[in-house]
Amino acid sequence: MFDQPESFVTADGRTIGGVMMEMKNITLRFGGVVAIKDISFDIREGEIRAIIGPNGAGKSSMLNVISGFYNPQDGEVWYKGERRPSMKPFEVARQGIARTFQNIALFEGMSVLDNVMTGRLNHMNAGIMSQAFWYGKAQREETENREVVERVLDFLEIQHIRKTPVSRLPYGLKKRVELARALAADPKLLLLDEPMAGMNVEEKEDMSRFILDVNDEFGTTIALIEHDMSVVMDISDRVVVMDYGKKIGDGTPTDVRSNQAVIDAYLGVAHD
Amino acid sequence: MTATDSAELVSIPALLARNVREFGDKAAYREKEFGIWQSWTWSEAVEQIEALALGLLSLGANRGDHIAIAGRNRPYLYWSMLAAQSIGAVPVPIYQDAVGDEIAYVLDHCNARFIVAGDQEQVDKILDIRADLKNLEHIIYLDARGLRKYDHSILSQFHKLQDAGRAAKATLGPELVARQAGQNYDDICVMLYTSGTTGRPKGVVLSNRNVIETSKNSSQFDNLGPNEEVLAYLPMAWVGDYTFSMGQALWTGFCVNCPESPETMMTDLREIGPTYYFAPPRVFENQLTNVMIRMEDAGRLKQWMFHKSMAHAKTVGPALLSGLPVSFMDRVKYWLGDKFIYGPLKNTLGLSRVRVGYTAGEAIGPELFDFYRSLGINLKQLYGQTEATVYVTIQPDGEVRADTVGVPAPGVEVRIGDNGEIYYRSPGVFVEYYNNPESTASTKDKEGWVATGDAGFFEEDSGHLRIIDRAKDVGKMADGRLFAPKYVENKLKFFPNILEAVVFGNDREFCTAFINIDLNAVGNWAERNNIAYGGYQELSQHPEVLDMIQAHIEETNLSIADDSMLSGCQVNRFLVLHKELDADDGEMTRTRKVRRRIVEEKFSDLITGLYDGSERVATTTEVTYEDGRKGSISATLELRDAAIVAVQRMAAE
Repeated sequence: MFDQPESFVTADGRTIGGVMMEMKNITLRFGGVVAIKDISFDIREGEIRAIIGPNGAGKSSMLNVISGFYNPQDGEVWYKGERRPSMKPFEVARQGIARTFQNIALFEGMSVLDNVMTGRLNHMNAGIMSQAFWYGKAQREETENREVVERVLDFLEIQHIRKTPVSRLPYGLKKRVELARALAADPKLLLLDEPMAGMNVEEKEDMSRFILDVNDEFGTTIALIEHDMSVVMDISDRVVVMDYGKKIGDGTPTDVRSNQAVIDAYLGVAHD
Repeated sequence: MTATDSAELVSIPALLARNVREFGDKAAYREKEFGIWQSWTWSEAVEQIEALALGLLSLGANRGDHIAIAGRNRPYLYWSMLAAQSIGAVPVPIYQDAVGDEIAYVLDHCNARFIVAGDQEQVDKILDIRADLKNLEHIIYLDARGLRKYDHSILSQFHKLQDAGRAAKATLGPELVARQAGQNYDDICVMLYTSGTTGRPKGVVLSNRNVIETSKNSSQFDNLGPNEEVLAYLPMAWVGDYTFSMGQALWTGFCVNCPESPETMMTDLREIGPTYYFAPPRVFENQLTNVMIRMEDAGRLKQWMFHKSMAHAKTVGPALLSGLPVSFMDRVKYWLGDKFIYGPLKNTLGLSRVRVGYTAGEAIGPELFDFYRSLGINLKQLYGQTEATVYVTIQPDGEVRADTVGVPAPGVEVRIGDNGEIYYRSPGVFVEYYNNPESTASTKDKEGWVATGDAGFFEEDSGHLRIIDRAKDVGKMADGRLFAPKYVENKLKFFPNILEAVVFGNDREFCTAFINIDLNAVGNWAERNNIAYGGYQELSQHPEVLDMIQAHIEETNLSIADDSMLSGCQVNRFLVLHKELDADDGEMTRTRKVRRRIVEEKFSDLITGLYDGSERVATTTEVTYEDGRKGSISATLELRDAAIVAVQRMAAE
């Protein structure tokens, strides 16, 4: 249940609500390898929550647990006040959770528009005949959904590549298209797996602005994994730090920055 | 337009009312948004304009207030100008890409009380300098994105202000009607800041008479009617855009189309297919460069067809367009070329429907100009200035040439001063420079003649004006030969690989040049030749790139040598700059004209190197990023000699 139901307002004027998702004592094993060891943390409504940690810390595994791709052997996932049973990713998506991937997972041969349209899949339910002959409901639905998609393209400033096949785009733009697709699903919770990996400074700044704007404009809760510490510290409200599958820190960027365990993990101290 | 009708059309609100009466249901504005062309008829547009005008009244805007407008071309911002004019205030469009202190100067100089800003970027720039702007009262923004958390004590959203205006219609309506009616022909219409190749920008004050007379004359000259389509994509702060997208659009009632974003301009151009088109040479150059790059990637058959057809078009196309006699067989060949090459190419360029096209702002390379003319596009040149409400001279249909700028525009008198400087007098001549009587007096004399600062002469046989260069840039070389840098630079810039060139040689023994390569064209060439590069700087110093530029310069020298008067301007030594000249660094104006003096000062070490015979020069240059931060780049540049046509040099000696 909601442990801390009271909402509060951040220094920059955003309202952070109660707990939206809670991970309780999650443990994830792959055979003998323990990827996540007994981790608990929560994500509050409207916040930007970062998960950081060195390579192999288990960050992506954690995101995959949230998105329902992995089912943990131990522990519970609570979403909107209910315990979530083990689910297929598409069921999770229907609950309003969308994500982007560390290694871009777009349909390379399709146009940007078509790729982003796939993000609306859960909002279309016209029958197969209607779809095939494109009349009635299918036509109406496409128009409605196209409008949503166009607003997303406008928001992320990618109108100029609307008809361009994704394979022809540079890396930075592909990342933005992926964000657009996730955003088109109109998610309550957006999971971003290293949204800024491999980007140059300017692209990172753009992406940071888009993430902040998404959070601000649509009130979307965002959980992100990121390597670039300065970016994380700038844009997130709270940070979970992982190392070797364990949680070693949790708090505001300032707290985390001064946390000795975190500093050790990043600077490299001999592990027992 | 009947005579009585035009006698009443003495103000912008009067023109708007006339357009609602006569073209009420016809599209007046379009903008592509969310992938669809949204459109507004004249009636709808006027409703929007009045709502905003009422909103401005509710904020307490007075007659004569300056209302600044900053943003990309959008109907809402054109309406903002019209709303300001409806309440007797003066709109001051400012360049949207200007950096903080440039905007600060303009806003402070005109004491703007209100600003209509396009988006967060513009609002941020204004808020940064807010402390310096004592008169600023309110910012009206259009795109709310990212602005939700801002302190709204001096901020209003455009549509909310309109709603407030609509709600206050009962109380403020009579005031609006009074303000609209109480305007005459000599009231101030708009204030436009000149881009200022030298010194601080000056606020050029234009009256209703200037704008309306000029729009009337120029529309008649080219038979512009209510069914024209134009694409508004050039900066709103520029007098050309004001005249084409506001003055002429209001006068004739034609439709102004705004692109979705600057990046989609070419696609939008194709979709709209304007009938009346305006672009500075740079845009035509870019288009041509893109065509050439893509042709080089085409198959051999297509390349052969393209080059064969273009060669034919070059010989007969301009003549056909000017209505000169052309043999039957050539006509047939041209017709075929049009079916297979020219037509599709024009369609790709978005220029299929262009009935009248203009280029101005800079001299256009003859080869570039002829390329478009030979496709059958009626591209013409005009010569103008902000101070003249654009028009000084203009090329009539059938009298179009690359090397002249035409005859005096309707209503304009032109004379040449003793020093070769061009003077003009016309109904479009500006009222004054705002708060700058000295500059006004030194530019405009008591009889209304305005000095252009350009040197030129009328050709005796044709009566067309020919511009040589800026009067102050035309100089003499050490041995007394004529030095006209722009003439050489324009020749160089015709090469697709050369984006920008700056030639030096005043009071010197010989001429030298800085070159900026075109990253698109040269980058594509590098890709095809498997040359790896990390960015502009690296590519610009690649030995093969230098070889290529050297070949271009030598070819140019060859053609300059033909002109006996200017043969001294051959480029003896050159270098390729390690950075692109940029307006943010002050090296160019916002309209992308090179600021020669600043370039000379900034790169004085390189110029010294060019003249003392060094083969390499190491240099560090400060650069300003788009967000205003500063950094620096260092490079070692290779200085090269270019072959010149020696005969000419001997002849001169």
